[in-house]
Amino acid sequence: MTQKTLYYQLAAIALALLFITTIILVVGASPIEVIAAMWSGSFGTVGQFARVIATLAPLLLCASGLLFTFTAGLYNLGIEGQIAFGAIVSTFAIQLTQNALSPALVILLAILMGGVGGVLWGLLTGALNVYGRINEIFAGLGLNFVADGLALYLIFGPWKREGVASMSGTEPFSEALWLPTFGDTDASPIALLIAIVAVAITLITLQGTYFGLRLRAVGQNLRASYTLGIPSIRQLLSAFAICGGFAGVAGALQVLAVFHRLIPNISSGLGYLALLVAMLVGLNAWFILPVAFFFSALNIGSLQLPLDLNLESSLAGVIQGTLVLFVLLGRGVSESLRQAPKNPTS
Amino acid sequence: MRLNGLLVKTINHSTLKSLSLIAVFGALLGSCGSPSANSPTSPTGASPESPAAGKDFTVGMVLVGPKQDGGWNQAQFEGIQTALKTIPGTKLEYVDKVNVADRPNVKGSQVADDLISKGAKFVIFNSDDFKDDALATAKKHPDVTVIHASGDYAWKEGKNFKNQPNLGNIMGRMEYGKMIAGCAAALGTETGKIGYLGPLINDETRRYSSSAYLGAKYCWETYRKKKAENLNFKVTWIGFWFNIPGKTLDPTKVADDYYNGGYDVVMSGIDTPEAAVQGKKAAEAGKKVKFVHYDLASGCNLAPDICLGVPYYNWSFPYANSIKKAIAGNYTSEFTWLAPDWKDINNPETSMVGFNPGTALGDNKKFLDEFIKGLGDGSINPFKGPLNFQDGTPFLKAGETATDQQIWYLPQLLAGMEGSSK
Repeated sequence: MTQKTLYYQLAAIALALLFITTIILVVGASPIEVIAAMWSGSFGTVGQFARVIATLAPLLLCASGLLFTFTAGLYNLGIEGQIAFGAIVSTFAIQLTQNALSPALVILLAILMGGVGGVLWGLLTGALNVYGRINEIFAGLGLNFVADGLALYLIFGPWKREGVASMSGTEPFSEALWLPTFGDTDASPIALLIAIVAVAITLITLQGTYFGLRLRAVGQNLRASYTLGIPSIRQLLSAFAICGGFAGVAGALQVLAVFHRLIPNISSGLGYLALLVAMLVGLNAWFILPVAFFFSALNIGSLQLPLDLNLESSLAGVIQGTLVLFVLLGRGVSESLRQAPKNPTS
Repeated sequence: MRLNGLLVKTINHSTLKSLSLIAVFGALLGSCGSPSANSPTSPTGASPESPAAGKDFTVGMVLVGPKQDGGWNQAQFEGIQTALKTIPGTKLEYVDKVNVADRPNVKGSQVADDLISKGAKFVIFNSDDFKDDALATAKKHPDVTVIHASGDYAWKEGKNFKNQPNLGNIMGRMEYGKMIAGCAAALGTETGKIGYLGPLINDETRRYSSSAYLGAKYCWETYRKKKAENLNFKVTWIGFWFNIPGKTLDPTKVADDYYNGGYDVVMSGIDTPEAAVQGKKAAEAGKKVKFVHYDLASGCNLAPDICLGVPYYNWSFPYANSIKKAIAGNYTSEFTWLAPDWKDINNPETSMVGFNPGTALGDNKKFLDEFIKGLGDGSINPFKGPLNFQDGTPFLKAGETATDQQIWYLPQLLAGMEGSSK
């Protein structure tokens, strides 16, 4: 990042903050109070901080996966469906094996199968994109609906609780199958560890391997990279598969560590939130940890808004969206200004 | 909170950084605590001392839907507000719309944790769907009284009893309200087709829709002097307590389908007022339709001219009673299942279940009064055999009356009803 770009980014963030402040004032609240409420909502108690960590894990996984698809020049909006399908396959694996295998093995298998489910759903998006020539945004969104519908069907159909047909989800799994947590909180060290490993894999692969380099080439110019002999179809499908795999593991963690059952909306919108994280991070994978942590804190802290200030929790979403929008705008403006002069040597 | 054997009881902002380091460090070592749901220490940092009687006692409420939904949630919210007005020194902290669609990534138990960290010593979960959250909260916070409205975990004679001393249940015997509502529907229908707008399927909703059917059937035969075969009673389940676009059936559309399909009376079994709203539109368009509301005493005001009545809950005095016990420090787990006060079912201080008749009943109100009187003195009991389940298997033999357990855990809809049982 050049110094000039950095200035544009900082200016964009400042503008975003100004815009957010204006919105908060318009809805009749005090920005200071909003910040204080969100802070206390995410860091006020050990339990709340643990929730930030618990949400950070799937967010890191999904954002890492999305860096692969972004690098390949793909907007994988199908990530929500990839989380959901991973959760479905993971739940299926648990139901199949919970009475036959030891809890540790069931958990391991459930996480792996979540990943497999995500890979399949990601590849399906990829196949629609590569072979069906459907824009990956629409393919992904369509498959999100399919995965969502499948989860609903299973919850109201074959997997419903005895005598119950409700949105509240399937029968909770026995406590032995819940991913262990820090003390009495919601944060699971295993989930966090898996997420950090995913970030590490992403950093190493994208910045230090030939595969990462080729993926960048495909992302920069598909046609040119193809002409230069890079197997671009394989690269594209790999990006979908890796992203889907990470998302599927996140789905398995939602089942094993957070809800302890399959519920409708198991992804809880974390895939879309991860998209915002990935867009804000750009291709600098190093930023993924602080940005995801910040977004996770906003997400958890927002519950305090209706409690303390009678404001809608969705204000957190407005803040997140605004930040991303302005930073992208800043990036766009700085790039177009850079390209405008004839000598692009800056 | 235990981390690698390190005990961290409370947290302030300056320790956050070190805590996060510890968390990451702990994670890297692969160490993990077990989900110790019975841990006696509260990790929320809430002050441990018990409150002085009646002074600064905070009550928390977790509501599944919006607090002004014109139905269940509004009745609950108004109930707790009224209750707290009668007990000086109390205040309310609440979060509404706690469901997967409105608040994704938020669990009921997490909301309760937050309410407790804001000082709540008494937490009410207001929907059947919170049963697991209520139990988890009660286990995690043994010093907090947890009430799960509509649940059965505290019912010793029930099927799902959990021996959790700080967890109680409160519910009204709305089967009576629903029988009265069904009777009103039967007294109001011209076509003999009654539509029931059902939420999700569980013990509670099977109990209520079946009660409505029994009340309707009784009054159809007894007062309207018509044959049971000519009464068409259909239940359509939308999948949740209220509309969640894309996830549930749309209750607006279901209500419209009823009104357009010859069902001239629609009974609401859901939290929100679609039966009333669409009924009003249909009536304005010239259709002769009526509705029966549910949950909220003032429900008929939505469309007074076509309202046959509303069975409703009075949550205030049972909540107030339990809160007073909790303040005095002598709350013990109890299963409270209150019948109407038959002396005056609309007495807000003594009757948890009431029925406000609507103007659309007209002259037939006298039959409804007779029915209510009969239910009250025991001369009428629609839950009396012979009764069969929907699949034809016997529910009650001739002369047999249903026990509390048979009513609460009704496994199927009854013969004569149309709609899914599970």
